[in-house]
Amino acid sequence: MTAAQLMKTSGFESVGGGANEWQETPEVIALRAKTGLRILMAVITSLFFLFIVSFLIRSQIADWEHLSAPWKPLANPWPLWINTGALVLASIFLQWSRISSRKQEARRTVETLVLAGFFSLVFIGGQLAVWQQLMSLGYFVSTNPANSFFYLLTGLHGLHLAGGLMAWCKTVVKAWRGMPIKQLSSSIELCAMYWHYLLGLWFVLLGLLTSSPETYAALVRLCGL
Amino acid sequence: MAYVHDAEKEALHQPHSFWSKYVWSQDHKVIAIQYSLIAIFAGIIALVLSAMMRMQIGFPGSLEFMDANTYYQAMTMHGMIMVIYLLTALFLGGFGNYMIPLMVGARDMVFPFVNMLSVWFYFLSVIILLASFFVPGGPTGAGWTLYPPQAITAGTPGMEWGIILMLVSLLVFIIAATMGGLNYVTTVIQARTYGMTLLRMPLTVWGIFMATILALLAFPALFVSGVMMLLDRTIGTSFFMPEMISMGQQTDYDGGSPILFQHLFWFFGHPEVYIVALPAFGMISDILSVHSRKKVFGYKMMVWAIVAIGVLSFIVWAHHMYVSGMNPYFGFFFATTTLIIAVPTAIKVYNWVLTLWKGDIHMTVPLLFAVAFIFTFLAGGLTGLFLGNVIVDIPLSDTYFVVAHFHMVMGVAPVLVVFGSIYHWFPKITGRMMNDKIGMWHFWITFLGTYAIYFPMHYLGILGMPRRYYDSTAYEFIPQSAHDLNAFITIAALIVGAAQVLFIYNMIHSAFKGKESGPNPWNAASLEWQTPQTPPVHGNWGEKLPVVHRWPYDYSVPGVKEDFVPQNVSEQELEANKVKL
Amino acid sequence: MALAIILVVLLIGSTIFQFVNPWSATPVASNWGSIDNIIVITSVITGIFFVGITLFVVYALVKFRHRGPSENGQHQASYEPDSKKLEWWLTGITTVGICALLAPGLVVYDDFVHVPEGATEVEVVGKQWMWSFRLPGEDGKLGHAKVKLIGMDNPFGLDPDDPNGQDDLLINTNVLHLPIDKPVKMVLRSLDVLHNFYVPQIRAKMDMVPGQVSYFWFTPTKEGRYEILCAEYCGVAHYNMKGHMIIDSAENYQAWLSEQPTFASSLVSGSDDGGVEQGRQLAESSGCFACHSIDGSKSLGPTWKGLFGKTEVLMDGTTVVADEAYLKESITDPNAKMVKDYAPVMVAYPLSDSQLDALVEYIKSTP
Repeated sequence: MTAAQLMKTSGFESVGGGANEWQETPEVIALRAKTGLRILMAVITSLFFLFIVSFLIRSQIADWEHLSAPWKPLANPWPLWINTGALVLASIFLQWSRISSRKQEARRTVETLVLAGFFSLVFIGGQLAVWQQLMSLGYFVSTNPANSFFYLLTGLHGLHLAGGLMAWCKTVVKAWRGMPIKQLSSSIELCAMYWHYLLGLWFVLLGLLTSSPETYAALVRLCGL
Repeated sequence: MAYVHDAEKEALHQPHSFWSKYVWSQDHKVIAIQYSLIAIFAGIIALVLSAMMRMQIGFPGSLEFMDANTYYQAMTMHGMIMVIYLLTALFLGGFGNYMIPLMVGARDMVFPFVNMLSVWFYFLSVIILLASFFVPGGPTGAGWTLYPPQAITAGTPGMEWGIILMLVSLLVFIIAATMGGLNYVTTVIQARTYGMTLLRMPLTVWGIFMATILALLAFPALFVSGVMMLLDRTIGTSFFMPEMISMGQQTDYDGGSPILFQHLFWFFGHPEVYIVALPAFGMISDILSVHSRKKVFGYKMMVWAIVAIGVLSFIVWAHHMYVSGMNPYFGFFFATTTLIIAVPTAIKVYNWVLTLWKGDIHMTVPLLFAVAFIFTFLAGGLTGLFLGNVIVDIPLSDTYFVVAHFHMVMGVAPVLVVFGSIYHWFPKITGRMMNDKIGMWHFWITFLGTYAIYFPMHYLGILGMPRRYYDSTAYEFIPQSAHDLNAFITIAALIVGAAQVLFIYNMIHSAFKGKESGPNPWNAASLEWQTPQTPPVHGNWGEKLPVVHRWPYDYSVPGVKEDFVPQNVSEQELEANKVKL
Repeated sequence: MALAIILVVLLIGSTIFQFVNPWSATPVASNWGSIDNIIVITSVITGIFFVGITLFVVYALVKFRHRGPSENGQHQASYEPDSKKLEWWLTGITTVGICALLAPGLVVYDDFVHVPEGATEVEVVGKQWMWSFRLPGEDGKLGHAKVKLIGMDNPFGLDPDDPNGQDDLLINTNVLHLPIDKPVKMVLRSLDVLHNFYVPQIRAKMDMVPGQVSYFWFTPTKEGRYEILCAEYCGVAHYNMKGHMIIDSAENYQAWLSEQPTFASSLVSGSDDGGVEQGRQLAESSGCFACHSIDGSKSLGPTWKGLFGKTEVLMDGTTVVADEAYLKESITDPNAKMVKDYAPVMVAYPLSDSQLDALVEYIKSTP
């Protein structure tokens, strides 16, 4: 059997990445950026997954005082829901911007892009307000591990969003300088992907932070820890 | 995201000034060399630290300044630098950066700007790490595993500033490794040249590719534990810190779980072993194939073994924790998974050995290092079967048996690959050969010396001699002969350490004065040897990307005049070149 | 060729070394001789693979070494030696070898995790850098303990309200006695950082983790005095965290046992001797004895025997008299005036004035 035959029977014969993308056209570069972003999202998923596992394990130790207990500030987490609304709007506007850019509607694209950034800033501001409120009630980072995890998880999520906003800034500047919509669209595409991802992540975190301790106990048992 | 466009612009501009060419370069080859030089620099520091430690172990009290604090600080920094800042950085940042684009036929990494950021973040992390030598209290002496509560409480050297700098440095390193890793994986997935199918990639690329995936998914565990420990240390949270006293005084900590840290640490720490080992596996396969003029035995099996080892490495972590006080029933599961991972690893060893079989073995310096690697890895891997089997680990854990095992399997073995690979690829990187004679001397001292260090060390472990002891002369169960053996090991270690000067000299001297090598001195078939220029220039391939027609192991093809067929030679070209039999 | 010869030499050397080296394991003194058997099985199986694979490498290096340029256009290396069948055979053999290690290992491990009925509980308490022990009293039960309850007069942190704890025997020294041939369950607790209770002759060991309790069991089978080591790095004096375990005959053990104070009696003791006893307890609970001996033997720090009033030479060559002021300064700011030939390994102990007085009184009382 020759090497060539061996390769043919290998099941990997489809040249995949190799065949079509070896010329560095803008489409190819956009595809690569998308792949890079997907891998980055896998890394961030791994990061938050491990934080959540630590959260669950730590929550089973006796000194844990959960923030959503009836007498605690998160028993009625309406400020978090308002922030969630802002993040949902940001995601919607980015999606809108993405669709508009595909349709080559330059004006609509930029308007919705700016709105998406605005609502993201509202979200971050709202999260900081929740922090402020908790601290004014005496729930500091090191008071209880439940608080520590609350600040840690929301803070890290916020930082990831802030990182996204830096890319968003660059895109807005490019739009401001009059970059043609076609070139802009790949950046918007990436932003939209990242924002949807962070929104999904936020829903997971929100669910985690506002569930009852019984849910944690059940989850921990389910994982066999 | 937006950087894509910058990268696009950048690629059109050839760098001209010294600064843009060698310092702020976005060329993967320059970045690879930057990575390697920083890593080797850090490695030399770690080597000196180990010599200092060995002096204390072999000849207690011989070094004036070596008190218990200094000893533990040297031990910690030696371990951390060698594992993270030398081996991980060198294999992924150094070899990964250099080899991947050349071997898959790309012009560069897909995100050159991020790649440049990666090396500078790495540089920053090394600076932060080394800064800890100069802060009050010195660097951390917590052991490289940094177990809490001890790492951040009184009684451990460097708990003031050293541990903080260590954790910050690790976090920066993880960011650097992630930025690099995004590049390596995306480049392999998306930037392969025409005809380069996944199963036409050299095993080097497969090893680095899989190791990078492990790094991307495992480093977050270190990040998570690092962040939480940093908060425990700086603002007094109790993620890992339990209710405890410290120096006879009550502390404010309550309820934290030190075992949780260990789980997180080893969830990173075990894949880390393979982050170092898998690139080494791949590179050694290629070196063996080239220098025995024969295709790699069971290539497909080798690829699957790399993938299997990578996947399995995520479910064996608690074998580092058999005596940690975790639920003892975990031992059954983790002992089984650990010994299962031995099967694909053994397959790799068989296939290396069988690659030599029926070959045409050229006794070059890279081949010598490759065979030495097989031997050392075999010894280290087999002792792993002792430690993986939970009941045998119970008497042996935390003894010198463990020290000997992991130094052989993930210290000496990968370093032998590093040496072999540098001797092998040096001509491509510089256009010059390394000196053979010095190389031989370097090889023999390193190979025999390291075996003399680590083989007898196992027996100290069987005797029960505990590791991480500043001084064990006060213990009656340790006979004088064991201390004599330690003195012998120290002498061997000093000789091996000093012999590395040969290597450094050889590298520097050959880079400027070595014999011109030509583009392909080993007559290798894989793509990196077929670049139009040697050393390859910015953009690697000139006007047109190469087209790949075959896998990288077409050696000694019957009926072909040369005993190798480069990957970019088509069947037609080959037909024209054939000799009648 | 040279490489092949050297590999053979290494192989022969290693094999000889395996059988005639002077560093074999300490003689086993517990039921865990079964672990030694697994080590032997593992050594044999891995040894076969080690020798076999290395010999094959040697064979290949000799037989298939490069023999100069080919004459008839034939390449020396074969092109087609891949063999699926061979690979599957090797995989099979390896799997069998692995199972042969793992199966007996897991059988013994199963034994290790199941504490036999009727094993006596013995609590080991570790702290930087000393050992202490607690035995259940006549009720056979250990009382509840908590780190937050630790104080001057309660170094174990026992709950004074728990009736089970009242008759617990407290052994506040580094020496533990155990009766021969009686299975014991070692219950391990740490008050500060990780430690590991390790006696080489027993073979078994386990980490002690603050905030939780871990355990292992064994049956002592040989009378004698054995060293206890800490096998989990616990800070700068880790290597000096030494204790002794003495395996006694049943009679000797009973004699020793009857001398040990119970928790209840330690609570009422409190005699008035000018603070000497308080100082001794403080020294014990703060772990001073890990580095300072009271019998004049050399340790990490200067001995307390005859220390008071002695003239010490400092690092800079000046001298100082170890009076009350100097001793107090050395406790609260140890690095201020370092005695020559000692390393600056001590941390500052922020003790209260009355505690300092008591401790100095105690140091004075060690002649």
